[in-house]
Amino acid sequence: MKPRLCPLDHEPGKALRATPYTVPVSTTAAPAGSQIAEITSSDASLRRFLAGLPGVDQVGAEARVATLATRSIKTSAKAFALDLAIRMIDLTTLEGQDTPGKVRALCAKAAHPDPADPTCPPVAAICVYPDLVPVAKDALTGSPVHLASVATAFPSGRSSLDVKVRETADAVAAGADEIDMVIDRGAFLAGGYSEVFEEIVAIKRACVSPSGGPNAHLKVILETGELVTYDNVRRASWLAMLAGADFIKTSTGKVSPAATLPVTLVMLEAVRDFREATGRQVGVKPAGGIRTAKDAIRYLVLVNETAGEDWLDPDWFRFGASSLLNDLLMQRTKLRTGRYAGPDYFTLD
Amino acid sequence: MTRLAVRKTYKLFVGGAFPRSESGRSYAVYDAEGAFLANAALASRKDARDAVVAARKAFGGWSGRTAHNRGQILYRIAEMLEGRRSQFVDEVAAGEGLDRDRAQGVVDESIDRWVWYAGWADKVAQVVGASNPVAGPYFDFSVPEPTGVVAVVAPQDSSLLGLVSVVAPVIVTGNTCVVLASERHPLPAITLAEVLATSDLPGGVINILTGNAAEVAPWLASHMDVNALDLTGVDDQAQAADLERAAADNLKRVTRPPVRRPDWTADPGLDRLTAYLETKTVWHPIGI
Repeated sequence: MKPRLCPLDHEPGKALRATPYTVPVSTTAAPAGSQIAEITSSDASLRRFLAGLPGVDQVGAEARVATLATRSIKTSAKAFALDLAIRMIDLTTLEGQDTPGKVRALCAKAAHPDPADPTCPPVAAICVYPDLVPVAKDALTGSPVHLASVATAFPSGRSSLDVKVRETADAVAAGADEIDMVIDRGAFLAGGYSEVFEEIVAIKRACVSPSGGPNAHLKVILETGELVTYDNVRRASWLAMLAGADFIKTSTGKVSPAATLPVTLVMLEAVRDFREATGRQVGVKPAGGIRTAKDAIRYLVLVNETAGEDWLDPDWFRFGASSLLNDLLMQRTKLRTGRYAGPDYFTLD
Repeated sequence: MTRLAVRKTYKLFVGGAFPRSESGRSYAVYDAEGAFLANAALASRKDARDAVVAARKAFGGWSGRTAHNRGQILYRIAEMLEGRRSQFVDEVAAGEGLDRDRAQGVVDESIDRWVWYAGWADKVAQVVGASNPVAGPYFDFSVPEPTGVVAVVAPQDSSLLGLVSVVAPVIVTGNTCVVLASERHPLPAITLAEVLATSDLPGGVINILTGNAAEVAPWLASHMDVNALDLTGVDDQAQAADLERAAADNLKRVTRPPVRRPDWTADPGLDRLTAYLETKTVWHPIGI
């Protein structure tokens, strides 16, 4: 675990947590590290393992997030949370109408979200369609902002494996250092777990950098809005992690409901239990429908309470969002200037 | 048999809904003789913030309506005011300590004032707009456009006629507003909110906050998403100067408090209508 920077002496991140986070809603009967290979060795064993995961207490999970959502985060803790949330944003534009100009504008915003305030940190990454990766790569030269690309026939995932692998490899070759793939929900819901597993493994392989640089990080989109139940979310989370996902992501943003707090809770529990079992840490990215700073802070509280402080870092937790950034900037400006900010003073995007 | 008195606790009017104050606070409202009338919500700065968000959200739709349609909606509100006339008379009489006849006169004047402003909806552009003679092959014309979100501190003493006289001219031209009602006599403003909620006025065009203007007004004055500030109800000149200074940050239009206590029954003129208008001038090529 690399040390985390804390901007203030008394470590305001602690204020996000008023009660110990060691009280989980439910725990998974976690496999020991050596068992992982055995679980994934055959379709039957994979199926047995996923079916054997304990069910999610739906009422409990919803009550838990409702309680956590009432926590009040103020003053220095709020300033810390706002800056952290900005650093965690994957600034996203995934529209048919995206133009190179729009992507360049978004890249400029990613590097300097608030031009009026040089102390404002850059966002974590830009997220675009694969064909716009070269444009974004060019625009991001010299900035610390990562470049993520969706791939694998986003958002539906309805294409052949060859096409998906080829699309991923293209995006990586064009300079994407993070790949957001979608799982085949149809196969998952039909019970074809090993099919989904093999696909993630294949895409993971396609993430290898052709130039010998570091491999692209793989984020696996579960599209929880289509998985229907929390039990399915838990199974899909484990399936993706077993297959080698570096991140598990809630949604594409094209399906409603997108990210919700209970779904994120289930996924945070999964990554926590997975690290306990295997020692490998996996990140979580809620995406879609997170529009206000208040929402974002609720997610941060949830992260701290469920997975723990290790995940309170842009390397391990991200927000897939576009309009969220402006609200964070307005809240940040309000804290700095003492007066309410208006949307007229921030970019339209 | 004696009936059990119903002790009312009124709420705010924000975005077409009636929320409690975010702060959970309320305060007692007394009549002119000091007898308890009701409880009113004591708005906080966060209520003001929410009200500005609601007003901003409503602005596009309200300013985009045709002037005729805005006028019709205002006439409809006047009808509803008429329907609540006896309630208004009671509240004005109790709050301002007027006898029934005088209170009735004030309510009549208020409704007439509303109707008078409603009529201006589709006429103001003819009066303050212009087609300008220019030295070139252009058809050049100027039209009035609404400023945006206007924060209004309503008069403290004239709780209905004063309120109507500051709110109607703001919204009739397409602005939306956040109104801080009279602190000591908020009941007519609360009843006006009930009238608005049951009329055709879209939610958020008028947002009414009750409480302490000295506490809430500075937040509206410094708010970067508020376009104009009406300080008519601020009695303290030093405080008005502070508010005006805070409003300068984003170049809000400011209406200063009147030097003398205004006579609300006098002919209002067009000043309040035109105070919250911007002039848009268009150069249109001709003869090509």
